[in-house]
Amino acid sequence: MMSDSADKKAPREAVLDLQQVSVLYSGKPAVKKVSCQILRNCITAIIGPSGCGKSTLLRSLNRMNDFVDGVTIEGEILFAGQNLYGRDVDPVEVRRRIGMVFQKPNPFPKSIYSNIAWGPSINGYDGSMDELVERSLTQAALWEEVKDRLQESALNLSGGQQQRLCIARALAMEPQVLLMDEPCSALDPISTAHIEDLLFQLKSKYTIVIVTHNMQQAARISDFTAFMEMGDLIEFGVTDQIFTRPNIKRTEEYVTGRFG
Amino acid sequence: MAFGSKEEHLNLQKRHRKARLFKLLCAAVTWSSVLLLAVLLFQVCVAGISWIDWQFISSFPSRFPDRAGIKAALVGTMWLIILVALISIPIGVSSALYLEEFAGKGRIAKIIEVNIANLGGVPSIVYGILGLAIFVRFFALERSLISGALTMSLLILPTIIIASREAIIAVPQSMRAAAYSLGATKWQTTWHHVLPASFPGIMTGIILSLSRAIGETAPLIMIGAMTFVAFLPQGPMDSFTALPIQIYNWVSRPQQEFHELAAAGIVVLLLVLLLMNATAIYIRSKTERRLK
Repeated sequence: MMSDSADKKAPREAVLDLQQVSVLYSGKPAVKKVSCQILRNCITAIIGPSGCGKSTLLRSLNRMNDFVDGVTIEGEILFAGQNLYGRDVDPVEVRRRIGMVFQKPNPFPKSIYSNIAWGPSINGYDGSMDELVERSLTQAALWEEVKDRLQESALNLSGGQQQRLCIARALAMEPQVLLMDEPCSALDPISTAHIEDLLFQLKSKYTIVIVTHNMQQAARISDFTAFMEMGDLIEFGVTDQIFTRPNIKRTEEYVTGRFG
Repeated sequence: MAFGSKEEHLNLQKRHRKARLFKLLCAAVTWSSVLLLAVLLFQVCVAGISWIDWQFISSFPSRFPDRAGIKAALVGTMWLIILVALISIPIGVSSALYLEEFAGKGRIAKIIEVNIANLGGVPSIVYGILGLAIFVRFFALERSLISGALTMSLLILPTIIIASREAIIAVPQSMRAAAYSLGATKWQTTWHHVLPASFPGIMTGIILSLSRAIGETAPLIMIGAMTFVAFLPQGPMDSFTALPIQIYNWVSRPQQEFHELAAAGIVVLLLVLLLMNATAIYIRSKTERRLK
């Protein structure tokens, strides 16, 4: 694996430290007392059957759950030593540092250029916008395809391109963590392969947490895997181990496809 | 029949016949109302068209039909519609934005929502009485343009708010999520994305509402817009008359000539309406294209 050599250098630093995190919708728990660490420059995959709470957990990492009526979060999520849900933490600040890519590509109905530029501009970016746009699109492996039509509407792009645009848009904010909620589920296999390649390249710079339905995908791209079921974190570990010799029977049954 | 199916009891033919019948019924209803409207328009045009000339447009009212014109009413209506737009659009759209994006979904929001819907159904004369009591008397704005505009704004606010809310609700949640995930505040999300995306829908509501305002007579009569005005309003505090009032006035006279003048006035009113709507639709389609 690409990251093996890096792994041995030093104990990795945890970017996000989840401590007994529960997420409740109107009192009903969707995520129950999850504790784990998200390590810097690693890809962490969250897998599990539909409705197991993996998306909910992901969305609690950048406070996107705040918009859901009747949601409560218990426990602590430490980001750079500070609880994301602390009293004096501004969720806008959290989302600026922890970016997100959604299940369905959701570009703004604007030009490709302004899709990328909008986030930085509202957050007071004062460098060269053209450079930032080019850099972000290059990082998302989209620059070559769109460099001649930056002023065209983003909605004219294909689904796969749109999703890479959304990744570029998130990267333009230079987030510390990139959360991805089943980013390939609406894409064809070729676009999916594109994005998986992309993730490999991105992890040298970013920390990535990805929710996926696709276990092969988790096995291919992630360094760590979390397996969830009915809101519980059943097992968390190095991806190789989870997929080859899981400690828990339930995990083994799921990754070998005996249920779920 | 086809595919060698044994299930002739599917009654396919009967079902298709029903579908055709329903289509026909709908078409008949639609076309009969269109026809009715066409007949109405035709009659009005026939009666009034011979009276429409520059003299008619540029003269003040007179007790001699061939010297009477709608200058004062036309200018009054223009004033009124601009004032109403300036008052009702910002208030209506802001209220809709507040209710949809900022206010919670609690009981109070629900109560406000129901009440706005109810207000939309209140007869316009009631707004006239309200305007008379509040604007004309209490705020002592007298029988001025501003009183009329404020009253009309009250009248159309519910429609603007309801239509704007519908348009705002229709903006996909994923667009808001995208904006928030980039560290946008609620205001930035609303101003840069939700509002532009809902603009065409809001515009439709505004067109419908202003069209209603331009044709309303009862509230204006109630607040005492004048019927015989031989001067042009110079500012919002001046007294005024408007096209529907002028038409109403002419219709209520016994002479045939004045009835024809009324028809001519209706044609002018329709033209103003058409012009206004065309402008609005043009703006709307331009922004719609930009969003695609």
